[in-house]
Amino acid sequence: MSFFDYFRSKKNSTASVAKERLQIIVAHERGQREQPDYLPQLQQELLQVIRKYVQISDDMVQVEVDRNDHCSVLELNVTLPEK
Amino acid sequence: MARIIVVTSGKGGVGKTTTSASISTGLAKRGHKTVVIDFDVGLRNLDLIMNCERRVVYDFVNVIQGEATLNQALIKDKRVETLYILPASQTREKEALTKDGVEKVINELSETFDYIVCDSPAGIEHGALMALYYADEAIVVTNPEVSSVRDSDRILGILQSKSRRAEMGQDPVKEHLLLTRYNPDRVEKGEMLSVQDVEEILAIPLLGVIPESQIVLNASNQGLPVILEEQSDAGQAYEDAVARLLGEEREHRFMTSQKKGFFSRMFKGG
Repeated sequence: MSFFDYFRSKKNSTASVAKERLQIIVAHERGQREQPDYLPQLQQELLQVIRKYVQISDDMVQVEVDRNDHCSVLELNVTLPEK
Repeated sequence: MARIIVVTSGKGGVGKTTTSASISTGLAKRGHKTVVIDFDVGLRNLDLIMNCERRVVYDFVNVIQGEATLNQALIKDKRVETLYILPASQTREKEALTKDGVEKVINELSETFDYIVCDSPAGIEHGALMALYYADEAIVVTNPEVSSVRDSDRILGILQSKSRRAEMGQDPVKEHLLLTRYNPDRVEKGEMLSVQDVEEILAIPLLGVIPESQIVLNASNQGLPVILEEQSDAGQAYEDAVARLLGEEREHRFMTSQKKGFFSRMFKGG
């Protein structure tokens, strides 16, 4: 470390990049971990039902469970294609 | 009843076996009757680190399959009274470790030992699951590096969902973070995640920080658990970790770089 580096900000250090990337990926993976086991299959079946009426791709249906203290909410997000 | 402690990490090469050897030696040094079990079937190495590779006759799988008694397979350490090693099998498949078989051995050990330290293999496959299944406590060995931290978080998820305590709905496995190969100089330069960074991401209590040290390789070359290198920083850091595991309060050491003189910092760099 030279004299001038000593005063340089650590904001853009590789360690802070690493921390930021880890915080994002770990939060994402924890979210998935807490989801019930049946969710992927539920998503697939919902997709099939919707496809009877509208042509959508796999990533246009998002299913998530949000847990609060007193209840759980099943959140279903379907993006419809533009006409 | 023995306390069952798994040393785990997900990622390989972070220092699980080094840690298992030192923690078990440290516990035994304080007079607790301790056994350390190598769960890495097919890739056993704890025997080398503990310098008893030439005394292995029977192993963990032999005991599970009834080909040897526990007393025949246990190797008594030559340096520390009250320390025993149960080596892994080098020739069998990982699947030879059955849940019932492991339970039988752990129950039998529980009758006479105070501490059972389980040295987990890397990964999240069968061997690693067996090593953590019966644990009361877990030491999660982590390097300050992205892949190791991510894998540690993954193994924490597994401890919280697939251990016996989780399956039975008992109190959760007590988690401890052990940060190894820590280089304070590189942390200060912003090249390495700091203790605080890793604590913040994993959000589990810190058991200790082991500084990166030449001593660790020198010790393993000779089959000496590094905690027995009592003058070294790494040895003392393990000693502190053992004390904390036993409930003592110890201030964390070796977390800042060795202070350099003002002039060497100005002109010599690094």
